[in-house]
Parts: sequence; structure tokens; C-alpha cells
Amino acid sequence: MRPLLRFWPDLRSRIGVYAFVLVLTLLANGIQLVVPMITGYIIDGPIAERDFSALWWPVLGVLAIGIVEAVGMWARRMIVAPVVSTWEITWRARLFDRLQYTSVAIHDSWESGQLLSRATNDLSQLRRFFAFGLPFLASTPIVILVGTIMLTSLQPVFGLIMIVMAVPTIVSVSIFEKKYRDASRRSQDTIGEITTEVEESIQSIRILKSFGRSPWAAARFGLVSTKFQDLEVRKAKLDSWFWSVLIFLPTLAQAAIVAIGTWGVVAGWTTVGTVVAGVTISMVLRMPIEMLGFLLADALMSLTAAARYWEVIDIRRDITDADGRFVDDPDVGKYRGELVFDDVDFHFSDTERETLSGLDLRIEPGQTMAIVGATGSGKTTLASLVPRLQDVTGGVVRIDGVDIRNLPVNELRHLVSVSFEDPILFSTSVAENVEMGAPGSDDEAIWQALEIAAAKDFVSHLPEGLDTQVGEQGLSLSGGQRQRLALARAVIGKPRILVLDDPLSAVDVDTEDRVQLALREILPDSTTLIIAHRPSTAALADVVAVLDGGRIAAQGTHEELLLSSPLYRELMGASAVASAAEEPGRAGSAVEGSGRTASASASATTNRVEVIREAGDGGSRDLSMTEAHTRDGGDE
Amino acid sequence: MSTPRLDRDDEVEQLPPDIALKARALLKSMVRPHLGMAIFLAVIVVLTALAMVIGPVFIAAALDDGVPRAVDGDKGPLIGAIAAFIASAVASAILAFTSTRLVGITAQKILFTLRARVFAHVQRLDLGYHEKSTSGRLVSRQTSDMESVQQFLSYSLFETALALLQMVFIAVTLVVLDVPLAIVVFVGFIPLFFITKAAHSTQRNAYRRTRTSIAKVIVHFVETMGGIRAVQAYRRQPDRRGTLRRQDSQYRDANTDALRGVAWFAGWTRLVGNVTQTVIIVVGAWLVIEGWTQVGVLAAFILYLRRFYGPLDELVQAFNLYQSASAALEKIAAVLDTDPEVVPPSQPTHLPIREQGAGRSVDLTHVRFSYGDGEDVLPRFDLRIPAGQIVALVGATGAGKSTLVKLVTRFYDPSEGRITIDEVDLRDLDDAELRANVVMVTQESFLFAGTIADNIRIGNPDADDEAVVAAATAVGLDAYIRNLPNGYDTDVKKRGGRLSSGQRQLVSFARVFLADPAVVVLDEATAHLDIPSERLVQNALATVLEGRTAIIIAHRLSTVEIADRVLVMDAGRIIEDGTPNELISGTGRFAQLHRAWKDSLV
Repeated sequence: MRPLLRFWPDLRSRIGVYAFVLVLTLLANGIQLVVPMITGYIIDGPIAERDFSALWWPVLGVLAIGIVEAVGMWARRMIVAPVVSTWEITWRARLFDRLQYTSVAIHDSWESGQLLSRATNDLSQLRRFFAFGLPFLASTPIVILVGTIMLTSLQPVFGLIMIVMAVPTIVSVSIFEKKYRDASRRSQDTIGEITTEVEESIQSIRILKSFGRSPWAAARFGLVSTKFQDLEVRKAKLDSWFWSVLIFLPTLAQAAIVAIGTWGVVAGWTTVGTVVAGVTISMVLRMPIEMLGFLLADALMSLTAAARYWEVIDIRRDITDADGRFVDDPDVGKYRGELVFDDVDFHFSDTERETLSGLDLRIEPGQTMAIVGATGSGKTTLASLVPRLQDVTGGVVRIDGVDIRNLPVNELRHLVSVSFEDPILFSTSVAENVEMGAPGSDDEAIWQALEIAAAKDFVSHLPEGLDTQVGEQGLSLSGGQRQRLALARAVIGKPRILVLDDPLSAVDVDTEDRVQLALREILPDSTTLIIAHRPSTAALADVVAVLDGGRIAAQGTHEELLLSSPLYRELMGASAVASAAEEPGRAGSAVEGSGRTASASASATTNRVEVIREAGDGGSRDLSMTEAHTRDGGDE
Repeated sequence: MSTPRLDRDDEVEQLPPDIALKARALLKSMVRPHLGMAIFLAVIVVLTALAMVIGPVFIAAALDDGVPRAVDGDKGPLIGAIAAFIASAVASAILAFTSTRLVGITAQKILFTLRARVFAHVQRLDLGYHEKSTSGRLVSRQTSDMESVQQFLSYSLFETALALLQMVFIAVTLVVLDVPLAIVVFVGFIPLFFITKAAHSTQRNAYRRTRTSIAKVIVHFVETMGGIRAVQAYRRQPDRRGTLRRQDSQYRDANTDALRGVAWFAGWTRLVGNVTQTVIIVVGAWLVIEGWTQVGVLAAFILYLRRFYGPLDELVQAFNLYQSASAALEKIAAVLDTDPEVVPPSQPTHLPIREQGAGRSVDLTHVRFSYGDGEDVLPRFDLRIPAGQIVALVGATGAGKSTLVKLVTRFYDPSEGRITIDEVDLRDLDDAELRANVVMVTQESFLFAGTIADNIRIGNPDADDEAVVAAATAVGLDAYIRNLPNGYDTDVKKRGGRLSSGQRQLVSFARVFLADPAVVVLDEATAHLDIPSERLVQNALATVLEGRTAIIIAHRLSTVEIADRVLVMDAGRIIEDGTPNELISGTGRFAQLHRAWKDSLV
């Protein structure tokens, strides 16, 4: 019951209205008990006595009750409609907000469909429950109780029959409750799985199509869909047992009332009229008892829905301001932009394996540092620590000497601008997507940012220029175009600290060079951390750090590292180039070449650039491939 | 590249005018395979309704006849009546048991089929459709709308039939009991008819609005959660919250209107019922007093009348679930009604048998391409790629490289001309055969929920563990995977299974190795890799895919290094075509690009 009880504060805030709804529900139920009595009176009284004039009052009474009942029904639904509809969206807003402030690591551990199904299916189940299920669940037992009391006052034995019947009813309720609750939990979790499958199948459509794996995806979907079907059928089967018990027991009670009542008439302790009245009341009671089955099932599904809702709301708040809260728009102070990683460790919460361990790194204000490392070496993790998308598990990240965990999160995120390897655009205009980096920027600033990102040309050719809608609901742009818009967003407003995670992997080298130069010229004061795969990017940085084994393995200028770090040479593809430089035009293999790295690079110190240019001319086709170049297909 | 979205605005406008008909046709087509069961259920409905109507008759018999006779000492009639009543109760219970079960099972079967059908259809829709529509919207069709249909099918279809039939039975009983009184009841149907008619149109609209607005909420939700990194890094939370509030307010208003529509409908229906009951009492009393009707008849009449209007509440409820489900079915029907523009052939041709490991030739003849009636993205051109050739496609963003490869992989069909592999038109190939022969890897590397091994097996679901390991080894992923908590069985979303974008791309390549196609298309597929990984992959490609045809788009020199031939594209045209050496030594675009690349090297 606890998950449902936790909605009490919401209920209490509208308690007046909700109480009125309860009263109206009770009234509607109660009227069903009263009307048969009045009609009975009319038939036995005025009509039997053929007294037409005595008919008017009771008839007006029936009419009045009829109108009250209809108006009550109308009013109950009218009143409850906006209340529950508002609750549904309020709960969704809370769920949404909880997730908005939940760290990326926790997001990654949830299947996306589980979040969506909670925000939609489960909340509409709860809306239905609070609109209909709960008021009836609250009033139905009262009606049954009042009916039983009426029966008892009419004839204690009849009341006793009802109570005897209550025993097997309660037993079956408790059996049903346990089994149904389990089935309902699993079924609603499976809806989450279905949602995940659906989302994945649509988001991965290109991959499924290019491998022709739609049938495979359909088979996978079929499995969850079958699981869901089985669970729902199981619920229906449980329903069928419970339902038939709830139909059977009250009728058995009625039969008992007739049988025992008749025996009482014969024995003289009751009258025929009493038996008739008893049967009438028990007839009226059948409806609420039968409904109990539906209400109970509904309540159990709502209980599951509520539990699933609270599981999300209860997600631990792990990345917050120092005081545990989260201020959306804190004041932003002045910083020089010195960024220091001090003995930083990082491991994901569900594993002991450290992605970063004992990492030290210092970037001076205004400096540009390139981070280079092999695939999977933790570069992206390192970048995500700066805006606190993840938190260090050991050590400290400091800006101007201040532990970033002591800054309000959004002050930090104001200071730090990030561009991700997967560019994320929102469904709005180009201008708004870029302006997000520095809200309040004018068009001039936007164009300047676009220019830095080498996006000015293509944006000015878009159908509606800056106002063109992009993102999933807008124009579809190429990967390179999206990356450049995301980059423009990162650089607008001249951020104090700029974190660029391989921001231009999908654009050509020429464009990348232009961007690099523009960054240096226009943003000389921004401290920049750039993750690089290409030598040209690294060459333009003030300092390069090589990430390996979770720590900085080497650091220096591009030229220094080429001399001192074999790993760096390998990462920059330089070993092969250097070896080829030794024997230009030689059709040697990369493997062979790498063995000569040290001597080659040592000899290439003075006029490195020439050597490499030479290598690029003569050797490039021969360099990295061992066999491909021997084919002659290209010359047909 | 750029096509405007179709469904940005209010969708209601865009549903075809006959969508209600199509939704009904869809409903019928779903129920038709279960016709036998439907008939059986109809029999059960009749029996249930009978049992419900007949039960009170035995009670009445027991009270009117049995009790007085039992008092007089003759217990027979009473015992008989009670026994009959209990029998009818047992029958009711058994019928309820059977019907609940069968309805549940049948409804779930129908829903299963519908879900599978929509899923398969969405998969069949061409890439053009997917690029134009939002993923969230297609998700909402398959989840939230499906839920609406489920609500109706599992809770209402049977109840509706039962309630209607019960009313028919009682109506017959009423006529048998007393014709004039029955006529009064039937007169009450006239206002009911108009009330229902009015409710039909208002409720249909309200429910359509709820479906459209919840879809928008879902789109927003999916977009926000998918882009959570950017949302947090750029402090978009207040803005996102505001958008949700705006869209959810529309949903709330639509929902409130729908619920209030139910309030009016239910209120009026109940009022008509109650007024009719009062009129019956007055008219009945008058008839009795005038001696035209028996008191007992009137009493029975009033009792039955109450039961007659009882199911009406259920009908109101069912009516609304039906309206809501119809609105949802319309949306689903609209998806099912969209024909893919890239259609499989009715009579597929087969490709000639190729040697193990051989490539296939690709020919584009008089090909022209534009999105819809828009400007030509690719003006008419010809291109012949012999089997086994490695072609590098080079050009600025937007030059048409991606479009060209999307034609070769038949993500789109050309507006004019034909594309063949080994002389067979792509349009004549069965999808499975086409995909087995032509595989494309793009920059996006999606991981499905499940293990790493399963994710690599996308390339070839029948591959054994050895082949999976071999593929992972070829791309240099094996050592990393072996270090994971559960090795190849590590769940990519759980316990330490996180892969960097570079590693995800390696998984994409491992898939290609398993798929072993004749023609490989790589669209920026190595963008996220560091240079050593890229070399490793290319070495592996060169050895493993020796002899295959390949079309490679990349911005890096290293890619061109392995090409036999380079095509330079600009504004949709191929402006240079030759071996890398020819082009480098020339003075064209490629020579310039090549110089820039060289400068970018170390």
C-alpha cells in the first residue's frame, strides 16, 4: 500500500474537492439502495390501494432522486476530470525533472523504454485509478457495510449469512491479491521492455536495414511481446477465478436468505415481507460486490504503477550543489580558467575497474591542451568530468584552485562549454540551438560562433537561414553539419573553459584546420581541452597529453612528443610515416616499419616537416596497407 | 540531404479523411481470424445474458409461490426454485469464468498480432519515411496508442456485447409483460439516440486530441532523455521543463475535455433513464388504477427497468473506451496505410552464384535522384564499379556522397535510371538477398540491449562463438572484451559493459566481418577511431574482404590510401575519377585536397 499512500500530499492539496467526489460516489451508490424501497412503497401503497392522488409525492420523490443521481454523476465526473488530469501531468513533470537532474551514469544504467513506460503507461493507470477506482474502492465497502447493517437490522440471521459469506470472499481476495500483484508487476515491467525494443528498433533503423536484420529485430520483439501476452493472459486467468467467485458467493447468500428465511417463516421467527425485503437488499448488494473484483485488480495495477513511479523519483541525487540542492541559475563569478586534475581516479559505480587512476593534469588559463589516447582509453570520461556529467571517484578536479564539487553545478556548467562526439541538436531553430551556449546572444554573436565552427556558409544556404528548424523534428542535416552546429553552440559567448570531445570527426581536414585557427584567433582566452585523433589537431594545441592506462603517460608539445613518446608516434600514425621516410617509396608493411621507429624519428628531428611531406607523396599508398595496394582494379 | 519534415504541425489535419473507415477496417481485419472464437463467445454472451436475466425469475418464483407453499408445508416448489436459482448462479459463475479467460486470451492474441504487424510495417517503411518522421512519434504509435486499444479490447468488447444483449432480452421481456409500458420505455430511446450521436462526434474529437498531444509529449520525452548530456551540460532543464509543461497542458486539457464529455454523456443518459422510470411509475399506476394492468406486472416492470438501465452505464463506459481506442487505431492505421516507397519485388530475381570471398560489380545507369519533386540532389550520371574494386568517394559535406551510397544500398530508389549489382537491378532483389550482398556501415554505431556477442552477431545471427571472437579479434576488440566482467556475455548496458564511441564503431566493423558481404559500403565509418585502430581495421578489411567491392566515404587520407580508384564529388556530380596517383599528380580538386591532407599528417 505504501507506494499509493505516498501520493497523500497530492491528495491532501485537493482534499476538499476529492472529498466531495467521494461523497458524490457514496451518494450514487446509496441511492441504489433507496430507490427500490420507494418504488416498493409506491407499489404496495398508492397503487395497490388505487389512490392516484397519494401517488404524487412519492413519484416526485423518485423523480427528484433520479435527477439528483444524474446530476451527481455528472458533477462527480466534471469535478474529478481536471483534478486527475492535472495530477497526471504533475507527476509526469516530477518524473521528468527527477530524470533531468539525474547523472548520466544512472541514465545509462536504465533501459530507455523503462523510463518512458513509467512516464506514460503507469501514470495513465494512476490517473484512471484516482478518477474512478479509488472513490469506488472507498465507497463500495461502505455500501456493502450499510447493506449488511440494513440486512442485520431487518433480520440478524440475514446479516450473519452475509458475514459467513464474507469469510471465503476475504480468503479468495487475499490469494488473488498476492498472485495478481506479482503478475501485474511483471506485466508492467514487460511493457517497459516492449517500449525499449520499439525505441531501439526505430532509432537503429539504418543499421537494421543495412544488415537486413529487421526480421531479427522482429523476432526479438516477438519474444518480449509473447512474454507480455502470457503475463496478460495469466492476469485474465486470475481474474476469471476471482470474478466467478465474486459472482457465485453473493448469489449463494441470496439463496441462503430465501431458504433460511422461509424456514424462519415456517418456524415463525420472521415474516414473508422481511424475506422479500432481505432478498431485495441482497440483490442490490450484488453489484458492488461483483465490482469489487474489478476494483481490486485496478488497485493492484495502480499499486504497481505507483511503485514503478517512486522507483524513479527515489533515484539517488548524486550530482548536486555542495548543499545537496540544485540551483538552476546561480550567479557566475569571475574565473581565470585554470583547470587542474589532481590525482583523479574514476570508475563506474558498478565495477571496480578504474577507467582513470591517479591522473594529474594542469591546463593554464587560456592554454589549449589536446588529449590523445587509444580507443577506449578514457578520453571521453576525462572530458565528462569537467562539467560534472560524472564525478571523480578519487582525487579532485579544480578550477582556479576550487574543487568543482564546491561550485554550484550550473555555475560550473556555465563556465564550461562542451561539444560531444555525438552532436546532439534539439528540435528547434538553428539560432536557438546555437544560442543555448550563451542565452541572450544576439544574431551577430550567433553568426560569429557559426563562423568559428565553419558553419556560416551552409547555414546561410538553409531554406530559412538561422530560423530553419533542425533536430529530430526538423531538417535532416549531415553528420558534419550537425557537428559544426554543436561546436558553434560550444564556442558562442567565449566560454571560460572549452571541452571539445573529438568535435570534428565528420568534417574534412581542410574545414578542421580552419576551425582550429579560428578557435585560436577568436578565443585566445578560453582554456581549451580538446580530444584529438588527428595529428593536425594535436599540432595546433599548446600542449598535448597522452592518455594511457588511466593516467597521463606523456605530456609536451606535439614536436617534443613525437621525439620522446613511441606511443604518441603510434597514435599519430607517425611510426609508419617515419619508417617510410627512411626508405621513400618502399612497399614495406606497417609492422615492419614500426620496428624502426626510434631511429627514424631520431634522424628526422631537424627537418621533420619535409621528411613527412616526402613520405606522404611517395609512400602514402603503400604505408598502412599490406595487400590492398597490389590490386589493379582501379586502373581498368 | 535536406527534406522538410511533414509531421511538425498538428497531425489531425494530416490524417486522410477516410481514416475512420480505415481504422474500422483494421479492427475488423484483426477480429476476423478469430471469427470462430468470436462466435463461440457470442454464444457465451447469450448464455450469460440469459443466466443473468433468468436468475431473478427463480427468486421471484421462490418468493411469490415457494415461500407461501412452504409455509403451508409443501417445500417442493421452494426447494425447486432455490435449486434452480443456485444452478443459474453456478452457470453464471462458470460462464463468467470461461468468458473472462477466453476474452483475455483472444484480446491478447489480437493485440499480439497488431503489435507485430505495426512493428514489421515500421521496419518495412523506407528510410525516407524514417528521416521525415520523429522516432518518438512512431514509439507512441506502438506504445501509448497500443495501450488504448488494449484497454478497449480487454475490458470492453465483451462487456459491450453482453450489455447490449442483456438490454435486448430485457426489452423483449418488457414487451411480453406490457406493450404500452414498453412503448414508453422505447420512446425514451429517441433522446438517447441524439445524445449518443452528439457524444460520438465530440468525444471522437476529444480523444483524437489526446492521442495527438500525448504523442507530442512522448516525442519531447524521448528527445530529452536521449540528449540528456547536452541538456545537462547546457543547463536546458528549465527550458525543457517549460516545453513539457506546455505540451502536457494541451494533453491535460484534451484529457479533461474527453472526461467531461463522458460526464455529460453519462449524466444525460442517466437522467433519461431515471425520467423514463418516473414516467413508467405514473403511467403504470394509472394503467393499474384504470384496471388495464396487474400490480404484479408493474412491479416486475419496474424491477426489470432498473436492470434495463443498469448496463447503460457500462455501455457509456465502453463507448468511451471505444472512442479512445478508435482515435488510437486511426493513428495506427495511418502508419499501416503508409506504403514504403522502396518496395520488395513481387517476383524476385536471384544474383548469380559468386565464389566465396568474391565481389560483385555495381553499375549506375542514367541515374538521377531528387527528394520528391525537389531539386536534383544527384543530376543524371553513370558509374561503373567492377567487382573487387575499392572506390573512395571524396568531396565536401553535402556534395552528395551519402546520397549516392544510399542509392547503392537501396535505402532510396533513384528517381530515374537503374542501379544493378552483377547486372541485376536492385529493385528485382529480395531484401534478404540484397542485404546479404550489400552492407553499409555508417558513423552511427548503435548498440542493442543485450550482450556484446549478440551485438556483433547482428552481422550474422547464425555465426558461432568462434566466428564472433574471430571478428572481434580482427578489429582489435578481443582483448578489451576479454577483460570485461563476463567477457563476450557482458551486457552492454550493465556492469562495466560501457563501450566508448570508438569501441562501438569497432563493433560495427566486427558485424561487417561476420556479414561477409560482396559489396561493402563505409560511410564515415572510421571517424571515431584513433589512427592505429583505424589502420588495424583497414588492414583487417583488406585481408578479410580481399576481392570484395567496396565504396568508402572518408575525410581521411588513410582511406584513400587503400583505394584503387577515387571519385571526387561536388554538388552532386562526379568531377574527377581516376586512380589516386593519377589524381594526385594532376591539378584538380583531389590534388588540392591531398596536399591539405598531407599537411595535416603529423
